[in-house]
Amino acid sequence: MLATERESLRHEIAELAEKYEHKRDGMMPMLETIQEKYRCVSDFAMQEVARQLGVFPTEVYGVVTFYSFLSTEAKGKFVIRLCRTLSCDFAGKSEVAQQLENELGIKFGETTKDRLFSLEYCNCLGMCDNGPALLVNNDVYTRVHPELVSDIVDKYRRMFGPAGQLEEGEAHHG
Amino acid sequence: MANVAHIMERYEPGSGLKKALSQSRQDVIRTVRESGIKGRGGAGFPTAVKWNLCAVVQSEKKFIVCNADEGEPGTFKDRLLLAERTDALFDGITIGGYAIGAKLGIIYLRAEYAYMRPGIEAKLAERRARGLLGANVLDSGFSFDIEVRMGAGAYVCGEETALIQSLEGNRGEPRNRPPYPVDTGLVGAPTSVNNVETLIACAHILAKGPEWFRKVGTEASTGSKLLSISGDCKKPGVYEVPWGITVADVLDLCGGEGAKAVQVGGASGRTVPAAQFRRKLGFEDLATGGSIIVIGPQRDMLDVAENFLDFFVEESCGQCTPCREGNPKLLEGVHRLQHGKCSIGYLRELQALGRTMQAASKCGLGQSSANAFLDITEHFRSEILGRVSGKGE
Repeated sequence: MLATERESLRHEIAELAEKYEHKRDGMMPMLETIQEKYRCVSDFAMQEVARQLGVFPTEVYGVVTFYSFLSTEAKGKFVIRLCRTLSCDFAGKSEVAQQLENELGIKFGETTKDRLFSLEYCNCLGMCDNGPALLVNNDVYTRVHPELVSDIVDKYRRMFGPAGQLEEGEAHHG
Repeated sequence: MANVAHIMERYEPGSGLKKALSQSRQDVIRTVRESGIKGRGGAGFPTAVKWNLCAVVQSEKKFIVCNADEGEPGTFKDRLLLAERTDALFDGITIGGYAIGAKLGIIYLRAEYAYMRPGIEAKLAERRARGLLGANVLDSGFSFDIEVRMGAGAYVCGEETALIQSLEGNRGEPRNRPPYPVDTGLVGAPTSVNNVETLIACAHILAKGPEWFRKVGTEASTGSKLLSISGDCKKPGVYEVPWGITVADVLDLCGGEGAKAVQVGGASGRTVPAAQFRRKLGFEDLATGGSIIVIGPQRDMLDVAENFLDFFVEESCGQCTPCREGNPKLLEGVHRLQHGKCSIGYLRELQALGRTMQAASKCGLGQSSANAFLDITEHFRSEILGRVSGKGE
């Protein structure tokens, strides 16, 4: 990370801490804000949060690694979370999962080389009456079937990744 | 018995709150007690007792927390309520806050429902503008506000002490109880944690009276229950039914005829085989937070057990040994059964382990995590053991 980037992150975390009055119970919203913007909570960010809240960095690490929506490693710009719970499974989750891997050229738990997509399983999304269901960041998609997968992926790809810049992995899969 | 409209009835915004604020705190709690309502999240603790325990503690600072961390597999009724019944919900939170003497209500919303947050915030703002929240609510002298806090993806945070840990900026690891949140809760202050559906029901109870509430349901389980029905049925969705309804009647409602089993209460609930479909939903028999997953005749019960155990292996907080170590063992056992490599002796050992987990785990997650495994290995022995002698696969 560049020194200037570190400085701006340090500044941002100080402002967040100010907003939550440097209280421990502000940690979750602080971490959520950092995760949303930087797609991870880096070692440096964890140290800064710890310093601002007056706790040990290991405590922040403990929190970040506990919750599935927080991560120490950078996620893609869009995190696709496919519900793996029973009702979505009955409704055809496996076929959707296969098609997601095909379209993105990655396996579950991985991130595309262009850092655009991460693919994960998640537990019940509360869309059991409309499964299979998935989230792309905060957007929810229901009754997803394999044919819909490429439309969903393309929609987000168009938002950020010009076709010419796709990585090889995706070019021959997509 | 069929579908009813009880707490899903029309609700005049502010009506329950107005009545509550015209009474003493004790009278509000008395009304809730007379309704007989028990917590709708699944555990079934009497709401009035919880509120009263909180109310009697002398403290400057108290909180009421609305548990909107709807994470039980197969549950989605709160999703509907948070979108369409916010007036009754906010009334319910405010009534609870008034009853226990809190100035702040917190909605703990699961990360998976983040897309609902803007809508909820907008409705809260509207309510402040109408004098239903903020300083001097409805000119009663009572000041109260509600804020939304987000979860970050952890099933165990639906457990009230884990939820509080999370709100305080900790790992969502359940605490030992006692002390209970009603005296030592969020930042050490008395805290009442209530389910979304419970709070909505309380708003209706204040508006319409405890007798109205008791019109449906049974003696031990008063009122109605919202069910989230999914799986192998023709009409999945949210249904409101009177407590006491049989599993068979639920299947009639949703078009789930021919099911070989019904999962009542989600991953932590019970697997009810067809032979027991006359059993009733209610605190006296099958208590449930409302998750109903219909399992059709074509399904493999070991797949069901595997799905739930995968879930618990991932969602166990890892704090206590029976849950952390037990669930991977049971999952490994299911894999053995799937491959026809499990002796009956070993299966018995796994069942004993499951019972140990029920008895020795620290929180509700661990205590209930072996339920589905135990039910399936008990009620579907012929199906799963068939593979030991080579009939399966």
